[in-house]
Amino acid sequence: MNRVSFDVDRIRTDFPAATRTVHDGRRLVYLDNAATTLKPRVVVDAMAEHMLLGASNVHRGLHYLSERATEAYEAARDSVRDFIHAAAREEIVFTNGTTAAINLVAHSFGAQLNEGDEIVVSQMEHHSNIVPWQILCERRGCVLRVAPIDRNGELIMEAYRDMLSDRTRLVSMVYVSNSLGTVNPMEEVISGAHAVGAKVLVDAAQAVATRAIDVQALDCDFLAFSAHKLFGPTGVGVLYGKQEHLEAMPPFLGGGDMIASVRFEKTEYNRVPYKFEAGTGNIGGVIALKPAIDYVSAIGFEAIQAHEQDLLTYATDVLRGHEGLRLIGTAREKAAIVSFLVGDVHAHDVGSILDQEGVAIRAGHHCTQPVMEFFDVPATARASFSIYNTREDVDALSLSVGKVKELFE
Amino acid sequence: MSALDELYQQVIIEHNRKPRNFRVIENATYAAEGFNPICGDHFHIYIVVGDDGCIEDVAFDGKGCAISKASASMMTQALIGKSETEARQLLAEFNSLAKGDLDPDKDDNALGKLTVFSGIWKFPARVKCAVLAWHAATSALDEVDIVSTE
Repeated sequence: MNRVSFDVDRIRTDFPAATRTVHDGRRLVYLDNAATTLKPRVVVDAMAEHMLLGASNVHRGLHYLSERATEAYEAARDSVRDFIHAAAREEIVFTNGTTAAINLVAHSFGAQLNEGDEIVVSQMEHHSNIVPWQILCERRGCVLRVAPIDRNGELIMEAYRDMLSDRTRLVSMVYVSNSLGTVNPMEEVISGAHAVGAKVLVDAAQAVATRAIDVQALDCDFLAFSAHKLFGPTGVGVLYGKQEHLEAMPPFLGGGDMIASVRFEKTEYNRVPYKFEAGTGNIGGVIALKPAIDYVSAIGFEAIQAHEQDLLTYATDVLRGHEGLRLIGTAREKAAIVSFLVGDVHAHDVGSILDQEGVAIRAGHHCTQPVMEFFDVPATARASFSIYNTREDVDALSLSVGKVKELFE
Repeated sequence: MSALDELYQQVIIEHNRKPRNFRVIENATYAAEGFNPICGDHFHIYIVVGDDGCIEDVAFDGKGCAISKASASMMTQALIGKSETEARQLLAEFNSLAKGDLDPDKDDNALGKLTVFSGIWKFPARVKCAVLAWHAATSALDEVDIVSTE
């Protein structure tokens, strides 16, 4: 196997939480990476350094600290630009998360939509890629259409294509499903939408830590992700938008930093991306996104994918070996996310029992209630893997699943 | 007792497997639903009050985890035969127990078998599971006008 450069033991030492114990001495087996990833020391150090030694606002002061903070903040923007291969740094807008980024598009791009215009999402969207569009539809009289999935949790491409028409203005779709692990064929989704003149927003929240993203190769119009699922801090997100779209869109939040001049008669807005960055954001968090990006880039996605796919295959096999265990989400192409049910035991009971064994998973509807409804389950248990996880972690998961069965049989 | 054994005591497992009074009562005096949007637990509670003012019958149906289901099941048993006043007292006591505000060994209470939930406060994420049916029963008793069926 081509994993020469991938040293999981060394990676584990970079993440203090990965080697901690829980519940009085149990080894932590952290399998809730789809909710948020652990943070490497370099990220926390960068944040702390800003707070302790910098702590200045950006784009404002003329003094030394403010200039250093602005430099670091803008260096993070360049880093994001390189990371997702955007054509220009003006296309990178910092938000406070994926949800905020989607809401920004819903509000500002949405302001250009009219009654009867259609927005297409898939049935596997996170609530954050459903509700903003429902709000928009209510406000502007647009129509939300939902591309269905099949029993494996794959997008039904034929149905999706049939849904597209000259009324479609925007397709907003998840790249990697957080509850099913499904990797959607984004190139096809995007080219299909473009063929009818619709724009595409890619929800890359789950995708960003699992695969290299090239927004120019994808040719997406917008792409959103959060730093905290990429080993960075919470409260920081990125909206990528093609410059022409961002230029044409009205601002979202009004306030400081997003203006060129303010007079009561007329206010001139700042240029992009600053037009969309009103108020003081999470400066330390943005600054700390750069070392997070540097960290994953140094490992490289080829190695990361090989490692995570190995864990996915192993976990799928091991869990399938448990009688009565049902996997939810069996798409052909998946990220290392495994949703499952243990017999008729409620997912919350599974979660509590695993937690006592030191195994941290998510149990619930994962903010994808339509997916739960489709599979006719109230909730699932979900194990999601990352770069610091090992086959031992999968074994620990399997052992604790055995415990669930033992307790409930 | 390990934390896990404390959470999933045999009596809880057993009530989860075979919930008591797990049915619909069509002409209940009071009825209410309890819903937890975070985990999707969803129960209906039905209470029948007799002419003498005592609770004649209690039942529940719906879906939930082992903790919420066992708690609901044991609640139905505990409420039958109580006056409304006694029932309200018990509902309040169980709430306090689940939050860790009532120590069954020291504080006066009529909880009986329900003290099996006395360690639930150590699992903050599961307290809401334990109290779901009890909250629903309380709101059922409170909403006199809505579901009274004479």
